[in-house]
Amino acid sequence: MINFDQIVVWTGFAIFILMIPALLRVITGPTAIDRIVAVNIIGTKTAVLLVVIGQKFGRVEMFVDFALAYALLNFVGSLAASRFLHKSPPKRGGYEE
Amino acid sequence: MDQAGIITIISVALIALGLLFFLGAAIGLFRFPDFYARMHAAGKGDTLSSLLVVLGFAVYQLHDFDFTFSTLEFNLQSWKAWMFHGDGLIILIVLKLIAICAFIMITSPTCTHALMDAGWEDGIEPELKEKGANALAKDIDG
Repeated sequence: MINFDQIVVWTGFAIFILMIPALLRVITGPTAIDRIVAVNIIGTKTAVLLVVIGQKFGRVEMFVDFALAYALLNFVGSLAASRFLHKSPPKRGGYEE
Repeated sequence: MDQAGIITIISVALIALGLLFFLGAAIGLFRFPDFYARMHAAGKGDTLSSLLVVLGFAVYQLHDFDFTFSTLEFNLQSWKAWMFHGDGLIILIVLKLIAICAFIMITSPTCTHALMDAGWEDGIEPELKEKGANALAKDIDG
């Protein structure tokens, strides 16, 4: 029988470690949209990490709601950022009146 | 092997596969040379890895669920023991985790598409081998 509790802890640790390249992309990203993409990925992974934490604490029924709300907020945030950058004066093609 | 062992092995396999895809997404996001290539790694790897990890935890919630109804009797106590695990309704937890999966599956490609479109409108150049190989280049002159 596998000790699932230990696997849960290592899963959370691995997700946290693998967020670091995305964080470096946030720091060094050449353009603004690179940073927004990396932040979007970190946000999605935070929603997954909330489920992992809930499993570790034995309160999944509570943390699942947090994860759902966090995923929703992350989606709305990055969509708003992309629309904001879209509305800046287009440098090519785009919507001509 | 009993039910808990089988379900634990299935969920660990799903979680490990998800972490493998997330490793690919992270390396791709960090090392690819171009905005569009990074976007491609990030969009696909992130969606599938989130999906697989959450699905693995959804499967694990059923590890002591009684599929054979063998503990059910004609009293409220046994029904409560069958449906609840600690404070939570097991079926409801699994449905919420699957709802997170469905939500990520819909929203993450939408986000990727919107951000890619914003980047193209913002004037980010793709890296090309030779000039003019880009099929979308005729859009530049409008």
